[in-house]
Amino acid sequence: MTKIDIIQDVYEKLGFSKKDSARIVESVFDIMKDSLTRGEKIKVSGFGNFLVKEKKSRRGRNPQTGTEIEITARKVLTFKSSQVLRKALNG
Amino acid sequence: MNKSGLIETLSKKEGLTEKKAIDIVNLIFKGFTDELKKGGRIEIRGLGSFVVRDYQAYTGRNPKTGKNIKVAPKKLPFFKVGKELKERVDGKK
Repeated sequence: MTKIDIIQDVYEKLGFSKKDSARIVESVFDIMKDSLTRGEKIKVSGFGNFLVKEKKSRRGRNPQTGTEIEITARKVLTFKSSQVLRKALNG
Repeated sequence: MNKSGLIETLSKKEGLTEKKAIDIVNLIFKGFTDELKKGGRIEIRGLGSFVVRDYQAYTGRNPKTGKNIKVAPKKLPFFKVGKELKERVDGKK
């Protein structure tokens, strides 16, 4: 499934033109991305939570050469699925 | 931001009634759930992708009691963040 399938779904089920469907679907993902970029979490009940986590810098190793390198501090996006979704997948 | 925040922002940004905005957001996440239930993969350019991973049964341990417990095989959704968003979240770009 890609954006095109979602746009098609919105077009068929909600009565928007193709053009409007495409713009609106894009808009939903833009809002989510903007919010996450600001470091806010997004909670979608019944689906899951998107959360930005701060990772501290740590020592790592290049697995190919064995050389020690420093992995810098960073922010990463994680997804925690909701109970409801996990139940749906295992039902 | 929760789902209602997403709905409200969408309705303002696109000049939609609240009802329409609710329908859109629900349709998207219902579509995601249905696709994952089928074992399918979702790929949203710029955001990331979702897949379902199969986990085999294993014998685990209850950390409180130390008792062995059998964990049944299960399916779990997994999200991989897209390159563009990964960089944006990290603020390096």
